[in-house]
Amino acid sequence: MARAVSPRRRLFFTALAWAIAFVIFFPILWTVLTSFKSEGDAIELPPKFLFFDWTLENYAVVQQRSDYLKFAMNSVYLALGSTLFALVLAIPAAWAMAFAPGKRTKDILMWMLSTKMMPPVGALIPLYLIFRDLGLLDSRGGIITVLMLLNLPIIIWMLYTYFKEIPGEILEASRMDGASIGKELLYVLAPMAVPGIASTVLLNVILAWNEAFWTLSLTTKDAAPLTQFIASYSSPEGLFWAKLSAASTMAIAPILVLGWFAQKQLVRGLTFGAVK
Amino acid sequence: MGTITLKNVRKAFGDAVIIPGASLEIGHGEFVVFVGPSGCGKSTLLRLIAGLEDLTSGDILIDGHNVSDVPPSKRGLSMVFQSYALYPHMSVRNNIAFGLKMAGMPKDEIDAKVVKAAATLNLTEYLDRKPRMLSGGQRQRVAIGRAIVRQPKGFLFDEPLSNLDAALRVNMRVEIMQLHQDLGATMVYVTHDQVEAMTMADRIVVLNRGVIEQVGSPLELYHKPQSIFVAGFIGSPKMNLVSGANAQAFKAHTMGVRPEHMAIVGTGGDWQGTILLTEHLGSDSFLHVDAGDAGRLTVRAPGDFGGKPGDAIALKLDPARIHRFDAAGKALR
Repeated sequence: MARAVSPRRRLFFTALAWAIAFVIFFPILWTVLTSFKSEGDAIELPPKFLFFDWTLENYAVVQQRSDYLKFAMNSVYLALGSTLFALVLAIPAAWAMAFAPGKRTKDILMWMLSTKMMPPVGALIPLYLIFRDLGLLDSRGGIITVLMLLNLPIIIWMLYTYFKEIPGEILEASRMDGASIGKELLYVLAPMAVPGIASTVLLNVILAWNEAFWTLSLTTKDAAPLTQFIASYSSPEGLFWAKLSAASTMAIAPILVLGWFAQKQLVRGLTFGAVK
Repeated sequence: MGTITLKNVRKAFGDAVIIPGASLEIGHGEFVVFVGPSGCGKSTLLRLIAGLEDLTSGDILIDGHNVSDVPPSKRGLSMVFQSYALYPHMSVRNNIAFGLKMAGMPKDEIDAKVVKAAATLNLTEYLDRKPRMLSGGQRQRVAIGRAIVRQPKGFLFDEPLSNLDAALRVNMRVEIMQLHQDLGATMVYVTHDQVEAMTMADRIVVLNRGVIEQVGSPLELYHKPQSIFVAGFIGSPKMNLVSGANAQAFKAHTMGVRPEHMAIVGTGGDWQGTILLTEHLGSDSFLHVDAGDAGRLTVRAPGDFGGKPGDAIALKLDPARIHRFDAAGKALR
């Protein structure tokens, strides 16, 4: 039986939820609004909320001054590349851990997760030096590798959880049917795990898209994604809030749209297996 | 051909020994049933033959070739799983065709074989459905279709009927026996149900704690059980086992007599007792009798037997049909 909730209580909590959601969303809203202001309006106090002269000038200037498309394409390459590269490694790894666990499988999983607990800055200097010596600084391949390694533990964990839900007998049946390991993964496991793989891909594309620490540290021009694009507008010789906001809006728009359309899949994927 | 030979097959998971050492010869075209209580290692033994588990030691030969280190995909056996293990994302057609595709058979040949197998199993109209749209019995048929279409050297069945309801189970049992007759292929069948074992098997392998207790035809096991375990496991209802003075009278540590091998007599007899319960099955009635020193016995009586709980009863044993066991539980002959 559902718990009885009085209408007044319901109204209160609904309003509270909306209020919290609004507070969380507000910085993004403010960024978008600011991007349509003139530089003067942008720094005016008290700030104008909606009643200012709406202008697209900032977007024009930003597009003129830097090549948005180049940064955006780099972001796409990095996000998709690192995720796909990670999948190629993670699917067999998660398969092995889910269906042929050894004595230390749980320990290995925990160890992989523990690497996410280390502050990334701890690895910055060694990694920077390695990149410099291998000539990988500002190369797409280099930064894709780093982003892949960064998200690999999460990808393996997510896939492992999904794979655990798949009955092992079905994979055994494919083995009896003469499927090699590769074919078992490709024709039986992967299609059955599509919902799980899809939400893993989505989440990791978003994480890789938003990743700023490594992309800002290891890229400058050729491989620079949208994080660099935003950063280039927070210059030391004076902030241009409106242009910075325009750049930020342009940088987050694609992933916001993707997230909006994929939210159903994401929620389903993240709660997969929680309720049977 | 399809002979399967087990030579000192041993399986242990760490310190837990599941199968201490089993040897067995399965002839071409034989229907062999592994039977035993749950946890006796019968499924493990089947999975060892399939190659789904690695041997700890010993050898498995198929058609004389040692396949101990051959992966399941290359052993040329088909398996039907308890859960059916159909590919949920594939249609019935593709489920049946999967093995042939893996073998790289040309498409038109696959189509012909799938259609033929589907016709044999009454699945033709379901070929384009997904497994989730089928009933339990139909799913089981698809699993069998998937197994037969590859024309394997042998079939392995892992409790294939235990997820079906009672009526369907009897039907599928007959279908599998019919299939065995039609194909003449070697079949190894695992079940915990001794009725399935008795009705289907050419030979039954009774397993207890990973050890093969006895191998023989159903009637051999019924008439000449070599141990108390087999005596108690084969036959329904269970054989009555009596120890103490009543067994000593027959020069045995334990003696056994089946419910159907005791005659109800007016007076005298070997044992006297009181009826506790009666179960009427129509053709037969089973009486639960408190026979004093002999303990609680099950006795088969005719279907129209009129005795009621509380009535006194006298039982006469047929000396030719009693079973005698020593203190170790082995049969005395």
